[in-house]
Amino acid sequence: MNALRRVTPQLLTLAALVALVTVFFPDFLRIEVVNGRLVGTTMDILKRGAPVGLLAVGMTLVIATRGIDLSVGTTMAITGAVAAWSITQGYGLGGALGLALLAGVAAGLWNGTLVAIFGIQPIVATLILMTSGRGIAQLVTEGRILTFSHEGMAFFGSGDVLGIPAPALLWVLTAAGVAFLMRGSALGMLIEAVGVNRAASALAGVNATVLLIAVYVASGLCAALAGIVATADIRGADANNAGLWLELDAILAVVIGGNSLMGGRFSIAASLLGALIIQTIDTGILLAGFPSEYNLVIKAGLVLIILVLQSPNLSHHWYALRRAAQSRRETAMASAKETGQ
Amino acid sequence: MLLTIRSLTKTFPGTKALDGVDFELAAGEVHALLGENGAGKSTLIKCLTGAFVRDAGVIMLEGEKISPSSTSEAQELGIGTVYQEVNLLTNLTVAQNLTFGNEPLRFGMVDRRAQLRQAEKMLEGYKLDIDVSRDLSTYSVAIRQIIAIARAVALSGKVLILDEPTASLDAREVETLFAVVRDLRDKGLGIVFVSHFLDQVFDLTDRVTVLRNGQNVITERTADLDRVQLIEHMLGHALKDDVVGHAKTHKAGGEWPELLKFDGFGRRGHIDPFDLSVGEGEVLGLAGLLGSGRTESAELMFGLAAAQNGAARDANGVLDLSSPRKAIAAGFGFAPEERKEDGIIADLSVPENIALAMQARRGWARPIPRAEQLRLAEAYIEKLDIRTSGPEQPVGDLSGGNQQKVVLARWLAMNPRFLILDEPTRGIDVGAHAEILRLIKQVTAEGMSILIISSELDELIAVADRVIVVRDRRHVAELTGSEITTDTIVRAIAAPDRDMTEVLA
Repeated sequence: MNALRRVTPQLLTLAALVALVTVFFPDFLRIEVVNGRLVGTTMDILKRGAPVGLLAVGMTLVIATRGIDLSVGTTMAITGAVAAWSITQGYGLGGALGLALLAGVAAGLWNGTLVAIFGIQPIVATLILMTSGRGIAQLVTEGRILTFSHEGMAFFGSGDVLGIPAPALLWVLTAAGVAFLMRGSALGMLIEAVGVNRAASALAGVNATVLLIAVYVASGLCAALAGIVATADIRGADANNAGLWLELDAILAVVIGGNSLMGGRFSIAASLLGALIIQTIDTGILLAGFPSEYNLVIKAGLVLIILVLQSPNLSHHWYALRRAAQSRRETAMASAKETGQ
Repeated sequence: MLLTIRSLTKTFPGTKALDGVDFELAAGEVHALLGENGAGKSTLIKCLTGAFVRDAGVIMLEGEKISPSSTSEAQELGIGTVYQEVNLLTNLTVAQNLTFGNEPLRFGMVDRRAQLRQAEKMLEGYKLDIDVSRDLSTYSVAIRQIIAIARAVALSGKVLILDEPTASLDAREVETLFAVVRDLRDKGLGIVFVSHFLDQVFDLTDRVTVLRNGQNVITERTADLDRVQLIEHMLGHALKDDVVGHAKTHKAGGEWPELLKFDGFGRRGHIDPFDLSVGEGEVLGLAGLLGSGRTESAELMFGLAAAQNGAARDANGVLDLSSPRKAIAAGFGFAPEERKEDGIIADLSVPENIALAMQARRGWARPIPRAEQLRLAEAYIEKLDIRTSGPEQPVGDLSGGNQQKVVLARWLAMNPRFLILDEPTRGIDVGAHAEILRLIKQVTAEGMSILIISSELDELIAVADRVIVVRDRRHVAELTGSEITTDTIVRAIAAPDRDMTEVLA
């Protein structure tokens, strides 16, 4: 019940957006079955939203510790390159997935060590990998677009399970798994505690250093999954463009999800709704048939409106208005009772 | 009347913080505002300074109705406030702080020389001999406090509100501050003084107003009240004996089986190596001035700083105290002095805060079920009388004393064998104060050993079986049994080393 109330603003926003897009493009919500697969714009959004959705899962945890991970976009490029390279080198699907995930873990360990052990500010610490990461990815691909043809690998980009696109399934399952891990164990609360007050948490015996490293590793793993999806989708690794600027979309998704950049309370479900909102805007703009040069401006405008509507100052006003209305109702009822007597 | 407040009312979701409160302040008086944690003192002050907007009631300043809607507006009207946590910028110079927002300009740029002159002029009459061009951080909290007062008086100049100004000062610094306050009173300012230190209230104030649960209890001349009456007004019921704090019937040393032994435990720059044995069920007191090495001793014992010399032992051998986690594993607990920075997790709820240490010990894979967290919280909310509007309330929204109780509850729930309490009753009202001292007696009777650090000697005398005196980062004296009196402790703190034998003789 509480969880539902937490994501209500995001649900309302998404619903409003869907309604808006449907006005411009009436077929928006139609889903057909073609060759045993579900086909439709909503399916497309679920599939296209996979990279940002996956990144948002890890980013939510990092932001909950009052950190930020700017390197996830380049980590996608690195892990995608590693996956494509392993496939072309003949390591097989298992080897490629394993090595790509390992690269994600390594990226996370690097960031986590800089932040938790050396105490470097997260935005600076992760900026290092953000800028150097594409170079690393280019070294792996030797500066070209590394293509492959491997059906097993391609499945993660364009396959489907029971008619549902594999990338969509992957991010929903990852998110559900991580959310369950956080709330089913004490990890969620401990991460929140470290995010709000690291010193006090450490004094209470919380292993803040290990937890901090762990969230960056989790973010690296999520980026690795996103990198695999992106590489599988185009059947090749593009070190220059894979995941480009997606870290910003991921941060935006977390913020639209109402998670505070100051750390503390977090909701993965809300971040995912944020990712869906962003993808719906992206897809909706294309569908509505605006000239492409308007896309970024319209997106920025919509994001601005959403953030203003969700801003703490405005919601404070709403709360005050609602309370005033409530007390008016109560006095009206009380006086009605009195006159009734 | 300089300031008159009539039927002031302020409601928050779930609580009526102020319920028709009246208050009067005359020019040239120091008026104490007292009450337990959550009685409404802070809310009243915030309504005065414009931080909160009142729901109903009238505030009149020199006969004019006022409704300040921001602190700067209140300042312009003449109401200045100095808080316990001084709201100055330590990285700026004294002069920059004093002239902040009113810098003298010359050709559109800050005129440095005029700024220094202006700052020196503002500090005239405060008997401070300081260099206003140096950073504020180079001066002690007491001096910063006086600088904050000087700034408030210069900006406002009619009403001065002092909110717990002495909480982090030692006795000598308090005297300096009081001299300044008396001076300002004689110049005709109206001063509101909020404090938990009743001695200071009797020492300084002319009148007292007591609030309880958001309502007026009394307003009296301070001279017409005695200590017990005043506490009874604050509590709303007659005192139990133990509140006033009779000295403990001290047992002689050596009556407790030894639990822990620190041998030559020390760290350069923190505390010189010390020997200390802790008995099972014993209450150890640590007395000394601020910065004398009291907190540093505790930090060393809890693994916040690693000991360079010596070792800690229990019956089973040497203990590893190299980090708080290790110390907790060894059965230690530590409720720190700075509860906001080092104690509470402000955004988390009361049950989560209480369960945090326990959860950290169990590990992340074995969460404490919510129902159990709530049960634990309810037990301690009742036991320590923690005032919350509900178990989901973030701890950061509680008043300071209640936050302290939450931190205490966290450690009591762990049932450690050795619990270190650093200033456990600072900023806590009399009722809770007595409750905490009673709890200390109860848990030590059950076998827990406690080390209590306190600036209030009465408190140490009331609970401690043995008092260690710390001076200049050294443990200089150990008092037991009948030696534990305010007099001997003060003399041990003040005495140069060679006179110690005379003190104890």
